Amino acid sequence: MSAILKREISAYFTAPVGYVFVAVCILTSGLFFYLTALSAGSTDLSPVFQLMFFVLMIFVPILTMRLMSEEKRQKADQLLLTAPVSLSGLVIGKFLSAFAVFLIAISVMPVYGLVLSFFVKISWLTLWGNVAGIVFLGGVYISLGLFISSLTENQMIAAVGSIFLNIVIFLFNALGSVIPVKVVAEAVQNLSVYDRYFQFTLGIFELSNALFFLSIMAIFLFLTVRVLEKRRWA
Amino acid sequence: MIEVENLTKFYGNNKAVDNISFKAEEGEILGFLGPNGAGKSTTMNILTGYISSNSGRALIDGIDILEEPIAAKRNIGYLPEYPPLYTDMTVDEYLKFAYNLKKCKMPRNSHIGEICDLVKISDVRGRAIRNLSKGYRQRVGLAQALIGNPGTLILDEPTVGLDPKQIIEIRSLIKKLGKNHTVILSSHILPEIQAVCDRIVVINKGKIVANENAATLAAGLSENLTLRIRVEGKEEEVKKLLSSIPLIKRVATLREAEKGESPSAGVFEYEIEPKKGEDVRRDIFKKLSSRNYPLLMMKSNELTLEEVFLKLVTGDIYGNMQNKKTDQKEAL
Repeated sequence: MSAILKREISAYFTAPVGYVFVAVCILTSGLFFYLTALSAGSTDLSPVFQLMFFVLMIFVPILTMRLMSEEKRQKADQLLLTAPVSLSGLVIGKFLSAFAVFLIAISVMPVYGLVLSFFVKISWLTLWGNVAGIVFLGGVYISLGLFISSLTENQMIAAVGSIFLNIVIFLFNALGSVIPVKVVAEAVQNLSVYDRYFQFTLGIFELSNALFFLSIMAIFLFLTVRVLEKRRWA
Repeated sequence: MIEVENLTKFYGNNKAVDNISFKAEEGEILGFLGPNGAGKSTTMNILTGYISSNSGRALIDGIDILEEPIAAKRNIGYLPEYPPLYTDMTVDEYLKFAYNLKKCKMPRNSHIGEICDLVKISDVRGRAIRNLSKGYRQRVGLAQALIGNPGTLILDEPTVGLDPKQIIEIRSLIKKLGKNHTVILSSHILPEIQAVCDRIVVINKGKIVANENAATLAAGLSENLTLRIRVEGKEEEVKKLLSSIPLIKRVATLREAEKGESPSAGVFEYEIEPKKGEDVRRDIFKKLSSRNYPLLMMKSNELTLEEVFLKLVTGDIYGNMQNKKTDQKEAL
């Protein structure tokens, strides 16, 4: 697992992908910080985090698109799958590598709080709640992207597929309000990643929300392992 | 040691490997010979745990690859048909990654250094794999298989893409490794298998058609080889002359030599089938020179892989061809 983690992280930074992702995150979050906090004269950083939801929706798939697909295309997966490594170790290694790059990218977020704290007193707890939310959100997007990437040999299909899936799970939020059957509507509403993330940005840390995100990650990592397993039997 | 028992693999409805069993002892080089699509790579992929068989089992040093994959894989070095390389890494980075992946315990730098010397890639260690030629990539793939000094080496067409000098080097390396490893190597080139392997398993359409000692198989195959000769002189007379040699079973005119092959006209090529196991080359020379017919070329017809299969399947090349012809006639 550690060998895979190390290789994938270094692969992110030998190709431009890692740099591009970090740059996009810093650029967009910086822009949102300027627009919603600095120029608006607000000490509330939550809008920055709320807007980052959409940036990550589009750009995390670019981080995850080649994780499984490129190897399959180059047939390098034969090295991993015939090495004495468990499939779950392999998948978790890949997941953590993308997660590490993601953490580097969002490590700039607390800095905005630090900048504001020179001028006014800010609510650090709310900020850390926001950071926890975005960390969970990143994990969810990465596990989804990893899963989609394991289904195809084509990076572009993996990226487009992941973005599409991310949009679909975002739309669960709106879908809930148009379903007339109350039970179904509630069930769908409860699956809304955006609603749960939104609660984090309001500074509400609810254990059920954290568990929800962790479960989604676990489910998609598990599915990825199953996809690799299935490939052996095909 | 590798033991394979009744292995079967389906791709959809297509039976890629059909109930094959064989055994490779320690310190033995087993050659896997077969045409493209015979099931060589599929079998190797099953042995290394990359894909699963539908039935049967494969044991590596007594460990079932399906039941305890991680323990079994620890003893295997695998060079697949396409070397599994990360083209964005340098050779050194790649080999270090393979070292970490296989959780080796040996001193890292000296171990990798030794392997690089062995497969002669020490001079490209700092270069990105994407810039390497096919021959170098193949050797990096081989180096990867050797990392961790596994007891079993499974090499799928290891000499593909190498130049003749490298092929000889890699063959002698495999022979050397075969002394203290179990090696399975596949190829569709008969002389290559003959040169390297102790035992040969011939596989065709997923089935084993022969599993024999290399020497026995080669001896069996080389009897009643035909000769091809080129003689200057009147076709009828030469043919008559050759037919008069008692050890020759059959003489056939193949064609008139073309201008590029022979400067003078009236040069014909003949195929000669001697009686079983007889060497008629000296007789041919003496007979022709006694009548002053210049012998311009003489070579033995090596069996092609197709002929080897026909021979193994039917026991006789010519017989089979004749049968085919009569079959066609009947069909008409």
